[in-house]
Order: sequence, then structure tokens, then C-alpha cells
Amino acid sequence: MSTVTSQIEVPAGVTLPIYMDNHATSPLDSRVLEAMMPYLTNKFGNAASRNHSFGWEAEQAVETAREQIAKLIGATAKEIIFTSGATESNNLAIKGIAEMYRERGNHIITQVTEHKAVLDTCKRLEKYGYRVTYLPVKADGLIDIEDLKRAMDDKTILVSIMYANNEIGVIQPIREIGKLCHEKGVLFHTDAVQAVGKVPVNVIADNIDVLSLSGHKVYGPKGVGALYVRRRNPRVQIAAQIDGGGHERGMRSGTLNVPGIVGLGAACEIARNEMDTEAAYLRGLRDRLQQKLESELDYIHINGSMEHRLPGNLNVSFVYVEGESLLMGINDVAVSSGSACTSATLEPSYVLKALGLGDDVAHSSIRFGLGRFNTQAEVDYVAAKVIDIVKKLRELSPLYEMVKEGIDLTKIEWQAH
Amino acid sequence: MAYSDKVVDHYNNPRNVGTLDKSSTEVGTGLVGAPECGDVMRLQIRVNPETQVIEEAKFKTFGCGSAIASSSLATEWIKGRTVEDALAIKNTDIVKELSLPPVKIHCSVLAEDAIRAAIGDWKKKNGVAEEAAVAAQAK
Repeated sequence: MSTVTSQIEVPAGVTLPIYMDNHATSPLDSRVLEAMMPYLTNKFGNAASRNHSFGWEAEQAVETAREQIAKLIGATAKEIIFTSGATESNNLAIKGIAEMYRERGNHIITQVTEHKAVLDTCKRLEKYGYRVTYLPVKADGLIDIEDLKRAMDDKTILVSIMYANNEIGVIQPIREIGKLCHEKGVLFHTDAVQAVGKVPVNVIADNIDVLSLSGHKVYGPKGVGALYVRRRNPRVQIAAQIDGGGHERGMRSGTLNVPGIVGLGAACEIARNEMDTEAAYLRGLRDRLQQKLESELDYIHINGSMEHRLPGNLNVSFVYVEGESLLMGINDVAVSSGSACTSATLEPSYVLKALGLGDDVAHSSIRFGLGRFNTQAEVDYVAAKVIDIVKKLRELSPLYEMVKEGIDLTKIEWQAH
Repeated sequence: MAYSDKVVDHYNNPRNVGTLDKSSTEVGTGLVGAPECGDVMRLQIRVNPETQVIEEAKFKTFGCGSAIASSSLATEWIKGRTVEDALAIKNTDIVKELSLPPVKIHCSVLAEDAIRAAIGDWKKKNGVAEEAAVAAQAK
């Protein structure tokens, strides 16, 4: 009897389950927690309280964090606005600019593989009379700068293109996009959630006007994020989307999440100090994983550019094996799949589809998100386990058998259901 | 997604995985689903020409754990039944046996389709009309 259960030995020093889904969220660094603890306990003041030491202490901590974040992205402290996370940052940036610059124009340009926080925000604006262009991506996941150039017109007020993609990890040509925007007098927003702290991001060199970032993707806490809003050349104005006490220079009302902000600041400082060594380390682990998979398995497809990519990302389709069934076989490893069966909508990943891959390849994809706390022993175990389960599931796969027999699957009349 | 123990059991120990000679007149092959939908099932039966009893059933499935379990269960259930008895198996029986959640009902539908397709293929090969099969069963 065939069996799918894997008997791969767990190496010494590896504890199960293994977390390898760091694009979804990252664990809180203990050094970050340490920095936060006083603000979760006795330093509980409201940063907006101007007339006692509890408030001053909280405000001081917030301003330190603002500096730490600004430093990581080449900004100044005054240009950092705190939010509840990157979804809010993206909403505030896009809606806030659309509202503020309405008289100048109503055209926004974004691209098809953006996060839903950008796409759905743009869709809502379309209901309010804005025009949105969704640029396609090439097979490697990157936009064509010529497409962007052609899409711009005299009504274009904003370009929103993500720095690095959350599924396939590809890094867009941000500097060129920003340069083009500045030449045309169009504002440039980037959702840099996956890039900040992982690759060097500099708002000046990269010509970025507005940038979204999040705490929990950089080993900081959940529920806190920031928006960089450029103050000079050009000075960007954003209409507040939440009304209230006028916090954050009037752009985002609401009592500041002081412990969260302190954590985000600490996380950014650690990232700034350790990014270079960490990136090299992660690239090494990622390449090792890729090499092991490729040496043992046929019909595997790497999704997205390997050249322009986050060091910790590997997105692979194990063709002729369905993603959810693979996840079930490697249930002591936390990764994600672009398979329809793993999504709430029962649609395969729109990011992978945008690369021009067939749905069948999207259904077979697994995203490995390596992070700070992954080890080489973990990579070796995960690779061995994936190889083992993929081989077993291919024994079960009619498609794999047919392809091995030389049957062209595209010539078969399938009954879609 | 949490799977029922029975789905996990079929996934870990799929029954009757394999391939029968599809050129044999005793063998019926059903291939249902589509790669772009994320599930394809191939179910094969070998039928005794005298008794019309399904003596062997094999499957291979590209799909999620529930799809694998549904087809594995289907082969278990049809083995030893006559072709007409096998046609009585409904997708709802599979849903019940495997405790499939609503989002996985299509897996059971596909398994039922696979049974029908395999039997249909066998009938076509053997020139068995519906009535003849029923008559044989009544004997």
C-alpha cells in the first residue's frame, strides 16, 4: 500500500513546527519586546498629555521611535506618521492624496499584483469618479517602465507601485519609477511593507514621496505601522481619513499606540544594524533550499524574477501536485500556497496568474518565506520533507503519469467544473 | 483548514492507488476534472464480464486532501459491487462518510462523476446498453 506519511528524520536542534512564512508575519524579536515592556507596564502615559511627566515620557519614547524609523529609510523624523498598520497606511496614502489633489486630476496608476489594501482602495476610488490604470506585469513579475510612461496623462496625480511583492518577493524598479514620477510632477507612493528592513530603502535616492511600512513584518509587534510623507521637494499633502484630536500633524487622529510604536522603532533600529549580514544569511539559506529542491525534483517552476528578489523569498510551483495537498503532507512546516483551495475565494493566486502562468501552475505553488530565526538545519529538513511528499503525491497524480508517458495535457479536453 | 480523521487517514494511506490497462475491454476509465480547476481524478475499474462485478478499482488524483480522500473512498466502496450497484453511490454519501465541509463538496461530486465516467467507459467498450445491464442485475 502506498502511503503519503513522511518518515524524514528531524535533525538535532530543530523543533517542530517550523515557521517559514515570514511574509505573512514575523515573530517578535525578544529585543523588541524588551524595549516595549516598560510601555506596556508602568510607562503607560498618553503621548498627547502635555502637562505631566507620564505624558512627556511617552512622547519622548514616540519621538525616539520616529527617529529610528526615519533613519532606516533615509527620511527625517517629522516625515513619519504612525498608523495601525500598512493597510491603514495604504488607505491613508491613496485616499488622502486622491482627495487632496482632486482639483489637479483624477487619474491614479497602480499595477495588478499589488496587495488588496492598495487594489481595493483604488477600486473604491473608482466608484467616486477616479480613473485607475492597473498596469500588467511581465512574466518575471516586474512592471515595464514604458507601460508606466504611456499610462501617464495630464490628469495623473498618483502612482502607487509596491516595493517588493508579498507572494513572489520580486522587487520593482522603484528608483526609475520614482524618477519618472518626479519628472512628470506626479506623486509616487510605494507599499514597502515587505522591503523595509530587508533590502536598503532610501526615500531620497529612490525618489519616493509616500511610503507604507508595518511593524510585524520586521520582527516588531502587530497593530502598528507608519506612513512616510515627504515634506520637501515636493511637500506632500494628505487629507486625513480619520477625524478627531488632530494627532500626527493632523493626518491621523487617535491616541498613539505607544508600546507598539516603541516596538516598531526598536525593530527598525535592529534591522538597520543587521540588514546586510541578515540579507546575506537569508540569501544563502534560500539558495540552498532552491538548489536542494531543483536537484531532486523535475517539473518545478520558480515564480518571479530571481535577480530582483527579496533574499528570504522562494516561490515554487511543484507542477502536477496540488498545493493544498502538499501543505497537508508537510503539516509540521508553516508555509503558504497560491492554490485556490487555500484561499477564501476559491480562486488561485491573482499574483501568479498575472505572471501569465496557467491556473494549474498557480494551484501547485508554495511560498517559502525565510526569516531571521530560520536555521540551515531547518532548511535541510524542510527541503527533505517537501521532496519526499512531492514524490509521493506525484505517485498519486494522474497528470504526472500522463506527462511521463508523453501525453500533452493541453491536448486533452478537460471538463472544467 | 482542519480535516476530519477519515480524510487524514485516506490521505496518509490512500487505498487502491494505481493504473489499470486502459486498453483492456474489461477496464473502464473515468478521467474527470481539469488541471486549471485544481483537481483531476482518474478512476479505473476492472469488471468481470460474467457477473458485472467490479473486481478491481484503482485511482490517481491531482487535488487537495479531500479530493484524494473522496476518490480513495470511492474505490473502496465500488470494489465488489456490480456496476449498477456502484452507480447508486451518491456524492452525499461521500460527504457524510468523510465529514466534508461545504467548500469541499465539489470533491465528492467529482468522485461520483469519476465512478459514472469509468462505468460509462466500460459500458461503451462492451456495448452494454442501460437495459441490458439492468436485466443482468435482475438475474
